[in-house]
Amino acid sequence: MSIRIITPGLSTTVQDLGRPGYYHIGIPLSGAMDMLAAQSANLLVGNPEGAALLEVVFMGPEVEFQRDATVAVTGAELPPKINGEERPTWTSFAVKKGDVLSFAFLKKGARAYVAISGGIDVPVVLGSRSTYTLGALGGFEGRKLAAGDVLPLGEAGNIREGRTVPEALRRSPGSPAELRILTGIYWHRITEASGRQFLADTWKVAPEADRIGYRFRGGKPLDFVTREPPFGAGSDPSNIVDACYPYGSIQVPSGTEPIVLHRDAVSGGGYFMVGAVISADMDLIGQLQPHMPARFEAVTMEQALLARNDRSRLIDRIRQALA
Amino acid sequence: MKTRYSFGGDEHIFVECDEEMSLQAFFKSLSITNAVKEAKIAGVTEICPANASFQIKFNPDVIAPEDMLKELKEIETSAAKGKSVLKTRIIEIPVYYNDPWTHETLMRFRERHQDPTSTDIEYTARINNLDGVDGFIKAHSGAPWFVSMVGFVAGLPFLYQMVDRARQIQSPKYLRPRTDTPRLTVGHGGCFGCIYSVRGAGGYQMFGITPMPIYDPNQKIKYLQDFMCLFKPGDIVKWRPIGRDEYDATVADVDAGKFAPVMRDVTFSLDEFQADMNGYNAKLMGALK
Repeated sequence: MSIRIITPGLSTTVQDLGRPGYYHIGIPLSGAMDMLAAQSANLLVGNPEGAALLEVVFMGPEVEFQRDATVAVTGAELPPKINGEERPTWTSFAVKKGDVLSFAFLKKGARAYVAISGGIDVPVVLGSRSTYTLGALGGFEGRKLAAGDVLPLGEAGNIREGRTVPEALRRSPGSPAELRILTGIYWHRITEASGRQFLADTWKVAPEADRIGYRFRGGKPLDFVTREPPFGAGSDPSNIVDACYPYGSIQVPSGTEPIVLHRDAVSGGGYFMVGAVISADMDLIGQLQPHMPARFEAVTMEQALLARNDRSRLIDRIRQALA
Repeated sequence: MKTRYSFGGDEHIFVECDEEMSLQAFFKSLSITNAVKEAKIAGVTEICPANASFQIKFNPDVIAPEDMLKELKEIETSAAKGKSVLKTRIIEIPVYYNDPWTHETLMRFRERHQDPTSTDIEYTARINNLDGVDGFIKAHSGAPWFVSMVGFVAGLPFLYQMVDRARQIQSPKYLRPRTDTPRLTVGHGGCFGCIYSVRGAGGYQMFGITPMPIYDPNQKIKYLQDFMCLFKPGDIVKWRPIGRDEYDATVADVDAGKFAPVMRDVTFSLDEFQADMNGYNAKLMGALK
């Protein structure tokens, strides 16, 4: 029982909720970049929230079903079609053996999540089915999907079609996207005026935006506090002795273009960081398209935790709506 | 050496043991992270030691950030009283210096290098006042290195040479990063050595290549069947220069499942090391014989 990839789309990978615990040897969390959307998709088709599904970027694949199933597409507005006939997003629908799922053009967002009842049953590697392409690990053969791939499906429970996530419970970034951050880590390396400017500027998502990290450009270059380079750091003012990079951390190589690390983060390196995006806003980054405007808004730890609670309550409400 | 704490978002605490690299800073990072591991604090999900710093990832729904910070500071105080003694292992890594594959790659990206007229080894030898390629190989392989961090990508070790600061090899990174580096390249940037665990982009100088895989996501290689990454922070590495014949023979042995790395359990004492670096290193390396 499986699905067959007819055309793969731009960069379609198998993801779940991730692979914590191995960052200390350079293996990142991985997992869906927009967790809320991924969990919603699984709930819609009656899967456990952590079942493996497809993460689709910008352009959809064509997929043939080799058994009956229930399917839901959430996240980006990438309208699904069954045998050419459009289906709603954020809503579960039935497919029959032999049906072909394809997609219309992307209308909004960046990443769509395709959950199939039973989940995608690739092997569990280090506790997760997520794909980490840089390390050729997990997912389907450790890579993005290609034409002709056949992915096994798990056993499905009850068929649940026509269920929908109410619009009020679907979260997506505004324009400009407001990304809340806690300043810190090496924030003291830049001048006070430069810090204020960083937060005041409107940035644009650069074309180099993927699962490893999102790059932004268009703001003013940062001014550094002068220093004698510490031994082992390197001579550029943005260099540090190679250190760990938190998920969500914002590094600014040479002080020009901030990069926010995401689920496939490189685990460490030699660039200073001005802080990190709060956990509640990481989902939003996964839905940003290149050239979209974005701002970094400094918040306190208390505000970050309130936002985190709001996000947990939102998941609870989605669970209740689909119970 | 003043410890500096900072939150990294609401899920991380980033701790800088020292701004500059030293064996003491690395040891402090390793002993605190080991103590955090032993403390089994509910809510801690990832413990990541680095060269002169470390990072703890935690779930703020389980432990409040301020409580997490307090726990860490208490552990720092008690870890500082402990002896800097580490039960670890020394691993011998065969290196084919000046090999044809990294040579082909460094020639391909020569315009991105500080000195397009010489190779990475020649350049690094010169700026470190070493006597040509041979002098470089002697210095590089003559004393052991600490694995002071594992990361960037899966299983990649950062290595810090266990010699006086004055003798440490230093080199800048490429002016612009390469888009390609052969798998298992032995590289160097700043004061750190590394082994590229996978093929890919890179900015470190390239000195040679090892025939010994250090990362196997499919876990087919015998010595990587227990775990897919060879290195852990705190491992000690000794490079052993080899030539083309041994390189080819080792690659064949790896493919045939016959290769076993040479590694021995050792105990490392920072105090004893600092009292007599050369003598202590000789003793450590003697364990490999």
